[in-house]
Amino acid sequence: MAKPMHPTPNLDQLETGPWPSFVTGLKRLAKDKDYVVDVLGHLERSYQTRKGYWKGGTVGVRGYGGGVIPRFTEIKDEAGQPVFKDAAEFHTLRIMPPPGMHYDTATLRQLCDIWDKYGSGLIALHGQSGDIMMQGCTTENVQKAWDEINEMGFDLGGAGPAVRTSMSCVGAARCEQSCYDEAKAHKAVINSFLDDIHRPALPYKFKFKFSGCGNDCMNAIQRSDMAVIGTWRDNIRTDDDLGRKWFAKHGMNELINDVVSRCPTKALQIKDAGAVRKDAHISAVALDGKQCLEIDNKDCVRCMHCINVMTGALAPGKDKGASILVGGKSHLKIGGLLGTLVVPFIKLDTEEDREKLVELAQSIIDFFAENALEHERTGEMIERIGLVNFLEGIGLDVDPHMINTPRTNPYVRTDGWDEEVAKIEAKKKAAA
Amino acid sequence: MAEAQALRKAVECGVPDNDKYMHPTLLKNRGNWKYHDRPRPGVLHHVAHSGDQVWSVRAGTQRQMDTHTIRKLCDIAEQFGEGHVRFTIRSNIEYIVADQAKVDPLIAKLEGEGFPVGGTGNSVSMVAHTQGWLHCDIPGTDASGVVKSMMDALYDEFKNEQMPNRVHLSTSCCEINCGGQADLAVIVQHTKPPTINHDLVANVCERPTVVARCPVAAIRPALVNGKPSLEVDEKKCICCGACYPPCPPMQINDPEHSKLAIWVGGKNSNARGKPTFMKMVASGLPNNAPRWPEVNAVVGNILRTYKADARPWERLADWIDRIGWPRFFEKTGLPFTKYLIDDWRGSRATLNSSNHVRF
Repeated sequence: MAKPMHPTPNLDQLETGPWPSFVTGLKRLAKDKDYVVDVLGHLERSYQTRKGYWKGGTVGVRGYGGGVIPRFTEIKDEAGQPVFKDAAEFHTLRIMPPPGMHYDTATLRQLCDIWDKYGSGLIALHGQSGDIMMQGCTTENVQKAWDEINEMGFDLGGAGPAVRTSMSCVGAARCEQSCYDEAKAHKAVINSFLDDIHRPALPYKFKFKFSGCGNDCMNAIQRSDMAVIGTWRDNIRTDDDLGRKWFAKHGMNELINDVVSRCPTKALQIKDAGAVRKDAHISAVALDGKQCLEIDNKDCVRCMHCINVMTGALAPGKDKGASILVGGKSHLKIGGLLGTLVVPFIKLDTEEDREKLVELAQSIIDFFAENALEHERTGEMIERIGLVNFLEGIGLDVDPHMINTPRTNPYVRTDGWDEEVAKIEAKKKAAA
Repeated sequence: MAEAQALRKAVECGVPDNDKYMHPTLLKNRGNWKYHDRPRPGVLHHVAHSGDQVWSVRAGTQRQMDTHTIRKLCDIAEQFGEGHVRFTIRSNIEYIVADQAKVDPLIAKLEGEGFPVGGTGNSVSMVAHTQGWLHCDIPGTDASGVVKSMMDALYDEFKNEQMPNRVHLSTSCCEINCGGQADLAVIVQHTKPPTINHDLVANVCERPTVVARCPVAAIRPALVNGKPSLEVDEKKCICCGACYPPCPPMQINDPEHSKLAIWVGGKNSNARGKPTFMKMVASGLPNNAPRWPEVNAVVGNILRTYKADARPWERLADWIDRIGWPRFFEKTGLPFTKYLIDDWRGSRATLNSSNHVRF
């Protein structure tokens, strides 16, 4: 039995309504833990005054420089003593989950046991960077909790100016749209940068995210410094049985309004079965005995829309891999930036392919570490120095896939033009 | 010395392999799935090229979970599922079963224990949320409470698939926007410059760092009451709060003047159009804990208007692309104020450079 509860009239109002209530969960913990009694009192104070009362500090585990988010209460009495003394320290351990966030129940139960023993009993599944957030621990217990979590085979995630914990979609584990093994790529890349995760020494944070197709369920283009987005080079695969089944259920109106007219590059046409083009880059799926949906794969940008609508009847091709975009980030400091395509296609089938991905990541991080200003994200650095300087720095050739349009102003010195053309010709020759 | 030897050395093991946590049918068919369908809201049915099938039952959680709740979810997985679960990016739990007969009892048990089954397809899924007052060091509001009040109001939309396309929500407790991009987001918008405690700045803040952090160069070093401190040019200040994390004595949060803004039209997917950032469409909403009724009213209004007016497969951004911003503001009744016209870098690209006008 814990000490009596503080009155929580504001939080009590978050126990009504149908959605699961975090307050009810905290109150359940507070029956046995003085710690959580005071956490609730602390939070209720914020609800009353509309102010936050946690400040940071320095708390860590042996050998690591990050991964623990320290929190100390700022609610003090006149003598400078914490008003909610059992919740004076409320640190969080960020733990990297298995890619795709798969668990067996024994693992979840073991995490619960450790957190009941050393922490508040509050766990967020998951934080915005994709960590298991073990929330609420005293300074004294951080190392003890960490030792047991580490023994389970889990490691701390990133915090501060470091490579951060990554996220990958469910992907190959369950999704037919998956274009590479996201979990294997995720693990290969992140586990190559453990020193940069555990000992923050970069100009600012660096995030990788892995999505298996253009649906980008991990929001990688918007939110990561290096986004790995699945795609394919050959034709969309088709299944006539599933195509006919789809058409019988949905009909011509939906096919035109929801599929054909929503293709962003007009790559889809409805054709009589005998009129489908025979070119190698054409694929077609049967709708009924008479008509087919024809896809010009040279025009297709692999956006995923038609495949989303007619899943199974249409599917990504077989020559799969990923596109790489760099420089996505949120507002601070110069405003939100979407990622920029720097590698149109990379194969990710084998360990060697993944090793090439790691090498690319390494060259980007090395360039970032040497050239970014303090607290500058990769996207801001590219904005400041220009994409071409960035590409030259990491050893990538320019490519028209990287732009929406060529330059719209003449303000550039072009006296190296002939040399650049000669280089391109020489490369073409060497490749031929 | 003996004590030093007893200290355990960390094993820098990194991200674990997910093989041993995954449902065996998923592991067996990894990379070899053929298609999926949705037999009902909250249930995904995946078919592999091998002929194997799995059903995933998705349920909403509160994300900030106590160990009792997690153990209850585990009990359900062991008694009604097959012992393997996964979580989505929006904190939904998925129970994976290879036996179709388990689906209905699993749904009944989850709902009976208070976990709504849904969040698939064209539903309003759970809000991607941040920490807020519960744990963050710089929050303007709470996250879990905002989310709880929003999801109470959107409960039926989570459990059904009645929207034109999927709807992703997020909420953030400051303008850093940890909640990320979404079809609809609720984000703190400060309206006053920081209140500076000049007694503390010199000892707490690395002043050049703070000066460098300001997006509009509104902060400069100054001597205040004989003490080295920082001052803010309040005419330049955009009240973003970027100075507050590196310098806590520059308090940006204010119970009255830290407001909430609503943003719409973020789209992470490359489907149809390219990914887009969300746009601010309303601000000045009060930070009205514990249930934020004013925010919920605007969120509900936008989502109802979208639901009634958008065509199938139009995400919120696609819908507005079709109807145009003037009609978005007309249909929702939201006031279009001068603050919604961008004047940040690159802003001219957000202005209408044509005579395209819908009448």
